[in-house]
Amino acid sequence: MTRLLYFGKLADIAGGRMREIPAPDHVETISDLIAHIGEADAVLAAALADETVRYAVNEEIVSREAAISNTDEVAFLPPVSGG
Amino acid sequence: MIRVSEKPFEPGAELSAFENQTADEGAIVSFLGKVRPKGAGGDLIALKLEHYSGVTERSIADIVAKAEERWSISNSLIIHRVGAIDPGEPIVLVCVAAKHRRDAFKAADFLMDYLKTEAYFWKKEITSAGEEWIEPRKGDYDDVKRWQTSKLS
Repeated sequence: MTRLLYFGKLADIAGGRMREIPAPDHVETISDLIAHIGEADAVLAAALADETVRYAVNEEIVSREAAISNTDEVAFLPPVSGG
Repeated sequence: MIRVSEKPFEPGAELSAFENQTADEGAIVSFLGKVRPKGAGGDLIALKLEHYSGVTERSIADIVAKAEERWSISNSLIIHRVGAIDPGEPIVLVCVAAKHRRDAFKAADFLMDYLKTEAYFWKKEITSAGEEWIEPRKGDYDDVKRWQTSKLS
């Protein structure tokens, strides 16, 4: 299972902060994962693909083309606002 | 030291403890950020801050490392609240110790600019009008660019 973590406004769009999904074999990168999510939820996929969103795999910040495996934790990070 | 916590903190006690650890330094600069009572949607009921445990702390450590490369600072303390925070409560404390004041002022300013735009926190305002996710203002991004495009040092 791939664990998906949604932060900030992305959790509102996704309807929750965490999901576990079985990613099909053709899902090799975060881009592929977003496309797969889009088959069920186009609005969420568009939000996840926004250029302001950053991605983390197993707590490391990576690019959208980073490879993922079926046991990874993938986090979707919208623009931050600390301080 | 970096501390991300849901617990309220007492700024005076934290500054005092920090001062005691840095007895040999000539300068300590501190910045305290508080939750403003007015939000974009009206009177604030609370701020809610999310973070990504582990990733958030490391993003702050990266920011501190950048400051340490740039200025001669000997010690720093960053405390950042998460969870539900009431209007008027402290939300962030940055303390920097250095031999001389200029390094401490610059590093504290730099740390705050980067905390607002590069550290992994997500802030939601809850007002009587509803809930709204807050993103940095253009001015916040301009503030952080100062350190990248100018010769501020």
